[in-house]
Amino acid sequence: MFSFRKSALAVVAAASVGGFMGAAPVQAQTLKVVMHSDLKILDPIWTTAYIVRNHGYLVWDTLFAMDEKFDVKPQMVDKYDVSADKLTWTFTLRDGLEWHDGKPVTAEDCVASIKRWAAKDSMGQKLMASVKSLDVVDGKTFKMNMSEPYGLVLQSLGKPSSNVPFMMPARVAATDPNVQIKVEDVIGSGPFMFKRDEWKPGEKTVYVKNPKYKARSEAPSGLAGGKVAKVDRVEWVWISDVQTQVGALQNGEIDMIESPGHDLLPLLAKDKNVNLVTTNPTGNQYTFRFNSTVKPFDNAKVRHAVFVAFAQDDFLKATIGDPKYFEVCKAPFICGTPLATDAGMADVLNGNAAKAKQLLTEAGYDGTPIVLMQSTDLQVLTNLAPVAKAQLERAGFKVDLVSMDWQTLVSRRVKKDPPNAGGWHAFLTSWVAADILNPVMAGFFNASCDKAMFGWPCDATIEKFRDQFSKETDPAKQKQIVEDLQKYWVNHPTHINVGQWYAPLARRTNIEGNMIAPVTVFWNVTKK
Amino acid sequence: MLDFIARRLIAIVPVLGVVAVFVFLMLRLTPGDPAAVIAGDNATSDQIADIRTKLGLDEPIWTQFAIWISNVLQGNFGESFFFKKTVAELIAQRVEPTLALATCTLVFAVGISVPIGVMAAYRQGSLIDKAVMGFSVLGFSVPGFVIGYCLIYVFAIELGWLPVQGYVRIGVNFWQFAERMVLPSLTLSVGFVALISRITRASVLEVLNEDYIRTARAKGLSNRVVLMRHALRNAAVPILTVIGLGIAILIGGAVVTESVFGLPGLGRLTVEAVLSRDFPTIQTVILLFSVVYVVVNLLIDISYTLFDPRIRY
Repeated sequence: MFSFRKSALAVVAAASVGGFMGAAPVQAQTLKVVMHSDLKILDPIWTTAYIVRNHGYLVWDTLFAMDEKFDVKPQMVDKYDVSADKLTWTFTLRDGLEWHDGKPVTAEDCVASIKRWAAKDSMGQKLMASVKSLDVVDGKTFKMNMSEPYGLVLQSLGKPSSNVPFMMPARVAATDPNVQIKVEDVIGSGPFMFKRDEWKPGEKTVYVKNPKYKARSEAPSGLAGGKVAKVDRVEWVWISDVQTQVGALQNGEIDMIESPGHDLLPLLAKDKNVNLVTTNPTGNQYTFRFNSTVKPFDNAKVRHAVFVAFAQDDFLKATIGDPKYFEVCKAPFICGTPLATDAGMADVLNGNAAKAKQLLTEAGYDGTPIVLMQSTDLQVLTNLAPVAKAQLERAGFKVDLVSMDWQTLVSRRVKKDPPNAGGWHAFLTSWVAADILNPVMAGFFNASCDKAMFGWPCDATIEKFRDQFSKETDPAKQKQIVEDLQKYWVNHPTHINVGQWYAPLARRTNIEGNMIAPVTVFWNVTKK
Repeated sequence: MLDFIARRLIAIVPVLGVVAVFVFLMLRLTPGDPAAVIAGDNATSDQIADIRTKLGLDEPIWTQFAIWISNVLQGNFGESFFFKKTVAELIAQRVEPTLALATCTLVFAVGISVPIGVMAAYRQGSLIDKAVMGFSVLGFSVPGFVIGYCLIYVFAIELGWLPVQGYVRIGVNFWQFAERMVLPSLTLSVGFVALISRITRASVLEVLNEDYIRTARAKGLSNRVVLMRHALRNAAVPILTVIGLGIAILIGGAVVTESVFGLPGLGRLTVEAVLSRDFPTIQTVILLFSVVYVVVNLLIDISYTLFDPRIRY
């Protein structure tokens, strides 16, 4: 019988002997990680999938980045300047930035990249609505000329999550935003380089350290600061079975699991060779989304009744279980972040079925069954819908729970058909907190009717608040706008936040240095 | 014989035609939109619609079918919606692990099940017979993934003899390849061993009661010669038949086993393609499985002539 461990010991022994015998070649440090999904798509602008975003952070760099305290800091940018009238922003790139093919990063590349990103990303589109022109000044400098002051320029360019404004060479950024970039064009200026020849979808994705990367001198913080690659090679190994992932980690075949299932955490916690580390302190938020175009949810009072009927605790206990990994949090813009506030939330999310019943009567709810879509194949979502059903029924709703796999749900939620003919009334999902830190970024707050995300809420007042927020440059005033918006939104909800939860990553004890950030990144990570 | 083979090969064409139409329609009529999957969770309806147009999914279903089938007839199986690779390339990348798993499983299964089936028949009613029958009931009843997890727990995690998961190509390192094949092959073999050993036992038992066996024994032939030359050879046809039919079980089992042991084979490709609604990949893989199933059974039919001289085509 051939033993993996024995083989490994033999290699270690041989290496030790080599150490005594003389200078042995230094072995490349390889970090083997199982991510939350397999990497099939390579273009982080073409898709909003989180796995592609994480891939993007390895390969490409950003002009600005959000640090651990949610402040946006320059990243590829050396210095920036805004005119007194706040209509002209000037950005100058750092010296010595290079693409992986050895060509210099230029202002022209950045302008082309911003344009491609803005064509796809909703926050980018909002930014570009206030941009008059983007002009290249010289090789390292470009200007953003605004038609009106815009308060979220830096937040947009330092947006931490999908779609992240990654900088790409101009010829790559010239690709139609609705067409995926070619495999050979996965060339960035980030701390790691994509190994095209070793990419085997369904098996593994390989990145190697970019030896020419010029890290910033500041200490790394969140997604900002010096991005120093401390391992030579990062391998994303794809193991689809969660139980096998855990076995592989316990056996030392892999170094890290990005998101082990919550039911397997007790098993990992008992293993002395494994550490569970929560690197994303803002975590995720469960959300109940209405289809605001159909009865009865076209009536704001009925939606408000749902808000009154729900209690977060039940959702979180049913899905996450261990209170160490969840938090009852009424703030829609995430507890622990600058815009977190409970303004207007006192009377909702308390599980008040009697009050909800009264509101339903006042709203004239006619007993139309609510078609509630339940995703059954994603463990972190499966138990949400039954809890919602129970709480809705307690408040007097009739509920038709329709179970399906997530991909079917994803396909059905974009349909505007009547709920009893292939459409829907509501479903539950989860957002990464980094995607919903303010009302412009948070897609479910978009209430621009047909242009809004599925659910298509149509509310001019919410849109007015979002617009005011985006144009306000004073953070204190921005916070006030958020509070005002929230007080209005509670009575005219587009969705309901039903709790905040966290997922630790599991890593072998010889792995250290994961950044505290909303995205799993691999600079600063060491393997002893 | 050549005429038989030619006729059987020609008969594959309508089979594949039916499979092609069936798979194509099933995929289009079941819920799920690859464009929505590709676009990601935060995508807007417009973004999804753009992708749908780019993929040609907004065309009428019969137009899509006509385009696909004409491409297939020209040997072009299309490009995966997700991987930015042709389906042919994807399959070429994934075929080795599945082929290795299938071969090792067949070797394990036949190597174990035929001897124990013969032994059970020869010692009918004995402890060995009861043990073999008991095992076969267990082998049928316990799902493959449970067996897989148990084997991983014992041999990989507790004893540390074998790796939990992964695949190393045979050309890269044979020993690493071999140690990664043991647990998946054993897992997949269990059901097969249960099936083949039962059939072997039944077939050999039937043959052992034939007059020519009595005659052979009366001639003074040893038990070994009677069993190997007379009994087993005559019992081979039903055993071969069940091995051929078992290819379908093998394909189904590979899907689960490859997922449990992290083998990047065709089984896992199928699961991934189904979950992400990667139509071109699903269609081609299912067509491929159909061809394999038909061809393997043709080979089994041909092999009958080796064991039974009365069978001629």
